Amino acid sequence: MTTVILLTATGLGLAALYFLVASGLSLIFGLMDVLNFAHGAFVSVGGYVGWTVADHLSGTIGLFGALLAGIAAGAAIAAGTELAVIRPLYGRPLDQVLATVGLGLAIPALLQAIWGADSRTWLVPGWLAGTVDIAGARVPSVRFLLIGIAVALLVGLRLLLGRTRAGLIVRAGVEDRAMVTALGIDVRRANSAVFALGGAAAGLAGVLYGLYQGSVSPGDGTSLLIFAFVVVVLGGAGSITGTALAAVAVGLVQQYADYASASLGDESVVILLAAVLLLRRRNLQGRPA
Amino acid sequence: MSLLEVSDVRVSLGGSAILHGVTFDVADSGVTALLGRNGVGKTTTAKAILGLHASSGSIRFDGRELIGLPTYAIARLGIGYVPEDRGVFSALTVAENLRLAEPRGRGSAAYDRVYELFPVLRQRATQAAGTLSGGEQQMLAIGRILLRPNRLLVVDEPTKGLSPKVAAEVARALKEVARTVPILLIEQNLGVVRTMAGRAVVLDTGRVAHRAENTRDLLADPALTNQLLGVSTANGVSP
Repeated sequence: MTTVILLTATGLGLAALYFLVASGLSLIFGLMDVLNFAHGAFVSVGGYVGWTVADHLSGTIGLFGALLAGIAAGAAIAAGTELAVIRPLYGRPLDQVLATVGLGLAIPALLQAIWGADSRTWLVPGWLAGTVDIAGARVPSVRFLLIGIAVALLVGLRLLLGRTRAGLIVRAGVEDRAMVTALGIDVRRANSAVFALGGAAAGLAGVLYGLYQGSVSPGDGTSLLIFAFVVVVLGGAGSITGTALAAVAVGLVQQYADYASASLGDESVVILLAAVLLLRRRNLQGRPA
Repeated sequence: MSLLEVSDVRVSLGGSAILHGVTFDVADSGVTALLGRNGVGKTTTAKAILGLHASSGSIRFDGRELIGLPTYAIARLGIGYVPEDRGVFSALTVAENLRLAEPRGRGSAAYDRVYELFPVLRQRATQAAGTLSGGEQQMLAIGRILLRPNRLLVVDEPTKGLSPKVAAEVARALKEVARTVPILLIEQNLGVVRTMAGRAVVLDTGRVAHRAENTRDLLADPALTNQLLGVSTANGVSP
C-alpha cells in the first residue's frame, strides 16, 4: 500500500510538471498553430534564473523569489521569442519549426556557457525538504507543492478562459482564428498574451523541476518537452482540462511502469500514446487526434 | 452611389489564379447579389474584400483602400462578414458567440434587435453553438454580426443547406436588415435572390460576366440565366 501511495504521489508530481509545461504549449499550438520547440528552453531559463535567485537569497524567501523570478524569466523570454522570431514567420509553419528548434538548441547551450554543464544543486528550505506521512508512506513534501501549484494553475486558467473576454477570444481563436479577426478583434494581442502566459508557466515549471530533482541542468527543459508534447497530443491542443487529464495519465503510467521495470517508464508513455491514437483515433477529450 | 468599389482584383491560391481581374461596385443601400456557378470565385471575392485572401488590384470602401489592411482593421471600418460555413464557434455558447462580437459600448438596444429578428437565440443563450441546428447556427452567425456597427454586410450563402421554411425565415430577416445596412449577398437560391436583391453581378471563371441593374430582369431571361448560372428559370422554376 505504501508503495502505491508513493508511486501515485510521485506520478502526480510529475503530472503537475507535465501540465505546467504542456498547458502553455497546448494553448500556443491551439490558438496560433505554432509548434514551439523552444518551449523546453523556456523551462530551462526559468530553472536557472530561479536557481540563481534562490542561491542568493536562500530559505523560504529564496524559494518564493525563485518562483517569481522563474515566472518572470519564462514570460519575458517567451514574449521576446514571439515578437522577434514567431511573429515575422506567421503563415510559414516549416520556418517556425526550424526557428524554434534552433532556439531550443541554442538557449540550453547558452545556459551551459554561463552556468556550466554540471548540474547545480538546489537547496530547498527545511520545511520543504522533509516528508509527509500518508498511511505509512513517507511522501516528499515538495510533491505536494508541485501538485498544489498545478491545481491552482488549472483553476486559474479555467477561470481566465471561461470568465474573461480575453479568455473568450483565446477559446474562439483556438477554433477559428480567421473568424475572430473578421469580428474586428486583433488576435495578435491574444497571441502575444498566450505566448507570454505559456512562457510564465514553463518558467515556473523550470523552478519546480529544480525543486523536484534537487538540481538544475541545461537539458531539463528538453527532457520535459518530449513528454509535454505527448500530453498535448493526448489532451487535445487548446484544451486545458484535456491537458490536465492527459498529464495525470502520462505521469501515473510512467511511474507505475518505471516501478515494474526501470527501463519501461519512458517507453510506457510512447505505448500509451500509440494505443490511444491507434485504438480510439481520438484524444482524451474525445476529439479527433 | 457606390460604397464599395472592387477594381481589377486578382487572387491566386496555391499557385492557381482564381480571380482574373474582377471589377464591380456595391451600392450604399439595398442588396447587391453576387451570383455565379459553383467555383467561379464568389467566396474568394468575399474573402478578398475582408482581407482573408491576399489580393492585388484595388478594393475601396467609402474611398479608403482595403488591400493591405489586416482583416480586423477592415472589420472595424464597418464591414460585417457572415461566411459560407457560418463561422460560429461551436465550443462557445450562443451568449458567448454574441458577446465576442459585441464592441464595447453597444448595449441592450443592439441585442434587442437581434432577439427581435431571431427569438430562438435568446432561448438558446446557454447552449453550445455546436449543438444548434443548421438554421439556428445561421441565425446566430447573422445575429452576431448585427451586434457590430456595420456599414456593409458581406453575406455568403446564408440559406445553403437550410429547409425551405428556415431559408425563408433567414431571407426575411436579411431583407429587414437591408433596410438599414447595404448587403453584398452571395446566394445560389435564386428564389431568395429574386425576393431580396436589387442589383446583380454575375461571375464566371474568375471574371465578371454580367451586370444587371435589376435582378428580376436577369432572372426573367431563361436563356441568360441558363448560360450564366447553369439553371433554368423558365416557367417560374428556380433552384
